Parts: sequence; C-alpha cells; structure tokens
Amino acid sequence: MTTVTEIGAASSVWRFALVGTPNSGKTALFNALTGSRQKVANYPGVTVERKSGVFRTASGHRVNLVDLPGTYSLRGRSPDEEITRDAVLGRIANETAPDLLLCVADATNLRVALRLVIELKRVGRPMLLVLNMIDIARRRGIDIDLDKLSAELGVPVVTSTAVRRGGTDELLRRLDDMAAGAVGQSHESTWKTPTTAELRAAQREADRVIKVAVGEPKRPDTITGRVDGVLLHPVAGLLILLCLLFVMFQAVFAWAEPVMDLIEAGFDALGAFAHDALPEGLLQSFIQNGVISGVGSVIVFLPQILILFLFILLLEDLGYMARAAFLMDRIMGGAGLHGRAFIPLLSSFACAIPGIMATRVIDDRRDRLTTILVAPLMTCSARIPVYTLIISAFIPNTQVWGFVGLQGLVMFGLYAIGILSALGVSFVANHLFVRDGGTPPFMLELPDYKLPRLRSVAMGLYTRATMFLYRAGTTIFSMMMLIWFLASFPRPPLGATQPAIDYSLAAIIGKWLEPVLSPVGFNWQINVALIPGMAAREVAVASLGTVYAIEGGKDAAEQIGQALASKWSLATALALLAWYIFAPQCAATLAVIKRETGGWRWMFVTFFYMLTLAYIAAFITYHTAVALGWG
Amino acid sequence: MTDDGASAAAEERTPLGLAQRGFCGRIEAIAVDVDSAVPASEIERRLIELGFVEGARVEILHEGPIGRDPIAVRVNDTTIALRRREAMAILVI
Repeated sequence: MTTVTEIGAASSVWRFALVGTPNSGKTALFNALTGSRQKVANYPGVTVERKSGVFRTASGHRVNLVDLPGTYSLRGRSPDEEITRDAVLGRIANETAPDLLLCVADATNLRVALRLVIELKRVGRPMLLVLNMIDIARRRGIDIDLDKLSAELGVPVVTSTAVRRGGTDELLRRLDDMAAGAVGQSHESTWKTPTTAELRAAQREADRVIKVAVGEPKRPDTITGRVDGVLLHPVAGLLILLCLLFVMFQAVFAWAEPVMDLIEAGFDALGAFAHDALPEGLLQSFIQNGVISGVGSVIVFLPQILILFLFILLLEDLGYMARAAFLMDRIMGGAGLHGRAFIPLLSSFACAIPGIMATRVIDDRRDRLTTILVAPLMTCSARIPVYTLIISAFIPNTQVWGFVGLQGLVMFGLYAIGILSALGVSFVANHLFVRDGGTPPFMLELPDYKLPRLRSVAMGLYTRATMFLYRAGTTIFSMMMLIWFLASFPRPPLGATQPAIDYSLAAIIGKWLEPVLSPVGFNWQINVALIPGMAAREVAVASLGTVYAIEGGKDAAEQIGQALASKWSLATALALLAWYIFAPQCAATLAVIKRETGGWRWMFVTFFYMLTLAYIAAFITYHTAVALGWG
Repeated sequence: MTDDGASAAAEERTPLGLAQRGFCGRIEAIAVDVDSAVPASEIERRLIELGFVEGARVEILHEGPIGRDPIAVRVNDTTIALRRREAMAILVI
C-alpha cells in the first residue's frame, strides 16, 4: 500500500465526515459538535442531504464536519446512500475525500454497525469509531471492552452521548491525539462493491468481534417490546394511528386559536397605527393594505404550522414513524405505494418539499417517482390558511355527535380527501408504469423507542419557524407587493362611480380569466388571488384580503372572512376548498420535483394532472352545491 | 445460496415467511427465490446488511394488520420489519 499525501492534509482546517448506519445518532452528534440547527429524528433516513458545520477540538483545532445520510454499506442503492458513498470515496467534484471518517455506531446495537466499520476500513481513510448512546448501553448493562474492541477491529474507539451536555468531551479530547497523527496518513482505497460472500464474511467477523469484546445486556430493554405489543397490534395499532392523526388535526385547529387571535390583534393595531401615522394616499394604502395586512394575514398561521410540526417532530424522535410505515405497508401497497413512502408522505402534511426530498430513501426508482407525484396531494401547512379562512367564514362552529366540532370535522374531511386522492393517483400511476419484475422489497429497521429530547424538538421547531418567517418576508412579501400593485393601478378616473379596484389591472386580469373559471363558481376576485397563489398557496388569503379591502375601503379589511361570507355563495366557497385540495399552487414544490426527478418532464406531469383534478373537483363541487340550493 | 449440506437440518428447516408470531429459531441459510423488482443477489445482500446471516437468532415479534404482513423480526439485538415475501428467503430451524 502506498501512502498518499494530500494538499488538504497540510491545511489548518481538518475535514471530517460522519458515517454510520441509519438511526445511530449521527445527526445528534453533528448537532452536539457544531451546534448547528438541523433536523434530528429517530427513524432511518432522516438526513437526506449532506450538511456541514464547523467545530473546534479540545485544543482548538478547527474542524469542518460533514453529516452524511445513514447507510448499511457503501453500495449506494438509493440516492441518499449514493451521496454517502461519493463523499466517503472522494468522488464529489471539487472535493477531496475527508481527512478522517468518524464512524458512528449505536452502542446498544453494534452488530450491523461493526460490519459497516469493517467495510469502511477498505476505503483507506483514517477512521475513529464513536460508540454513541453509551449511556443507554450502560443502563442496559452492556459491558463493552473498548481496548479489546479497538484491538480486534484495528480502529480506535471512543464513546459519546450526543444528546447529553458534556457527552462529547471525551471525543473532542481524543480527536486531538488521534487526528494529529492520522490526518494525511491515508492509503489507497481498495474498496469495491462487496459480493454476498464478502458481506457474509464481514458480518461473521463482526459477530466474532462482538463475542470477544461486547457482553450480553444484563438488563435488556423491555419497554420497546411492551409498547410495540400495543402500538403494533393489528387492530389496536391501526386505531391508535388513526386517533393520533385525528388528534393532530383537531389540535392544529383548537390549540392555535388563542395565539392566532393575539397575532391578528397585533397586526390590526399595527395597521391602524400606520393608517393614523401616514397621510391619506397611495403610501398609506401600500403600507396598511399591501404590507401590514398582507404579511400579517400569513404570519397569523405560524402557530398552526408549529403545532403540526411539533407532532411530527415528537413522533419522529420517539421512533414511531417506522412503526407507522410497518402498519401502513400493506394498506399503501394496495394503492401501489411502498411502505417506506409513508414517512415522506406524512412529512408532506407539513410541507411537500421536505417530503419529496425524503423520498430519496426509497431505492426503487418507480416507487420513488410515484411517491413524488402524489406527495403534493397531501394537505401541506400552506393550505391551512386557506382552509381555515373559508371554513371559519362559511362553516358554522357547532358540535356534531356532541363532542366533535363541525369545523374541525370539515378540516379532517379535507385532509382525508387529499389522502384518498393520493392513494387513487398512485394506484393509477402504478398501472401506467410498466414493471419489469414483482414488487420491490420492504425492509426497515424498527428502532428502540426513545423519549424525545426537548432540545432536539425545540431546534426543529425553531428551524421551521425561521423558515416560515423567512418565506413570509421574501416570497410572500414580494407577491403581496405585486398584488397590491395590480389592485391599485391604474388609478380610477375622476368621477368614478365604481370602487377603485374595478378599474385596476387586477380586475382586468380577473375578468379575462372569467370564461375559464366561472364554470367552477369563481368570481374575478378569486381569479386574481389565484395568480400570486401560484407562487405560494397561503398568499391567496392575503391577496383576497387586499383585493376586497381595496374594493370596500378600510372597514372591509378588518375581517376578510366576514367580507367573503357576505360576498360569496356557499357553493363558491366549497368549490374553492375543492380546488385547493388539488391545485399545484406552489412554485417551490414544482422546482423541487424538477430537481429530484432530474428534468422538466415530471414537473409538467405533476402540474397538469393536479390542475386537471382541481378543475374537475371544483366543477363537481360547485354544481352539486348549487343543485342542493347552496348557490 | 449457501448450503452446508447438513441433511438432518435440511428436513426441519422452514422459510421464516411461513412462521407464526412467537416463532423463535436460528437462521440456517439465505436462499432467495422470489419474484421481485430487484435481482435475487441484491435481496440477499440487503438481508445480510440488516443482519440476517447464518447462525443469527430470529424471533417473530409482531405481524401486520392485513394478511399478517409485514412481520417484525428480532435478529439478535435488532428489530427489522420486512414482508413475508422476502422472509421466504430466510430458512430457519
């Protein structure tokens, strides 16, 4: 073997990479070391992209750390595993291979992890094995002889507890001694795709090492087994899953209300202040109607979005997501979806973008494509503002069956239609895509349950909140400027008898679209709101606010909902709800589909099939409602 | 694929895919013979990567709600969910 000296080794910043099996706590370790805000969750396949951050070792040496998607081997059988393979082997353009591989293993579950370590040794990079979650291993009475383990594997070993304060101190100390000598001591890689015989031999070797260095747990985890007895029960398990989803959506509606009222009152006060502080005219209208009420009408939905993410983050960290995939596999299989698609699809309830990115854990290309196509049908949080607005304006807040709110029930129904149509579309897609073999396999590790860490959940929520506010400040804000401009210009002629907006560009565009959209019950104001709504769904709410506020003077701006209730028929409102279940109104989602499928084709397919469904659904809803006398 | 020729064991061995909840045993061989979208050697590799190798202890912990499928299998100290189709490739005694 020849020793390769690289230019990178001489530089003052070390480049380390975190590698390991799914669910070994790589991302938790990454967060503990770099303090970077990034998603940690307790199910296989959370890290779908490489993330990097910077930290310092105990002696202050700067390290650039890359967090790689979890993998069982370097074979790269799905897009996320390919990222790990290419990064470890230094195949990524303009990037050298990492100076050191930090191989992370769950100390309570070493068998599969050690097989990966044995495979990684062939890559020839300096390596350090980090036994993470060592606290849990100790609690279970698993004796690990670190010296023996290190000697048998030929790799230095260090322990850590990424989620505890001070849990990485020893790792930081050891990195100095170790890295100083090891960095730059890389050998030529002898890695090639392992054959089944090589994999077997590696697993046998790993089992031998475990026999020598690791004891049986004296107090094995019994909680996971007992909890699974209920949560994976064929009947109770499914009922609990359904109840969980139901409670989740009821909570989104009920818990958020007090906070939303507060935010609304705050923006109203701000708008009134701007109105009083500024002279009558264009600038006053722009600040009050365009900026404050526009951005405010979107930010008011932050509490609902955070509650939804809170549920998803808690379930992920708990380890429930893999169980949900287990329970749903056959049910989704009936619709032609892979059990693994459940996790991306559930994430799509929050936002289709992370959902579509999470499909990288699906190795079969056809399965992955089907999941990407239907992910935007799952009711994302950006639809919540539109749904909430229309439901609270048109659906009476009464109780049905004594305990369920009718508004919450309608909301649940909208989610249910989204899910059912996703299943329907994937069923059709599955019959259109010709398969050359049987169904691809479903194999998934069910991790032990872990209590969610407050810090990890808080970090996840913080990331979501900042992302949403950033969007509100950029995309949504600029769309609001556009809609305000369209609604305000040209100015009405002197002596105009109609409201000002009737003379504006917005009215011209909206009326121009009328022949197409009036069959589904939309008036020109809705048509106008749909245009900026193509950039982001939630913008439509603010746009309607702007359109109606400008039309009716400042009094109408106070309650968009009241304005709508007085101007729309119930049939129109229901048609708009039906439209929103399907309409492809999110530029960012379409961009992600183009990126993830590698071309325009599937982006256009998604756009047109969703648009067609939206039109048909709104058409049917409108005419049914009119026939029922709600027109 | 691996056949160590233990004829006495061969008579008793059954595919894990046919076993009931509560079944406890040891893996005798991995022999993939299922119609799948991926090649047999690939399924074998994936099974091995999840720890299904000859000699490993297995126990069926849970069964899915429809057609008792998929199954949750304890392999030594890990729990893996897989469908009965693929579990047919795992021969156990």
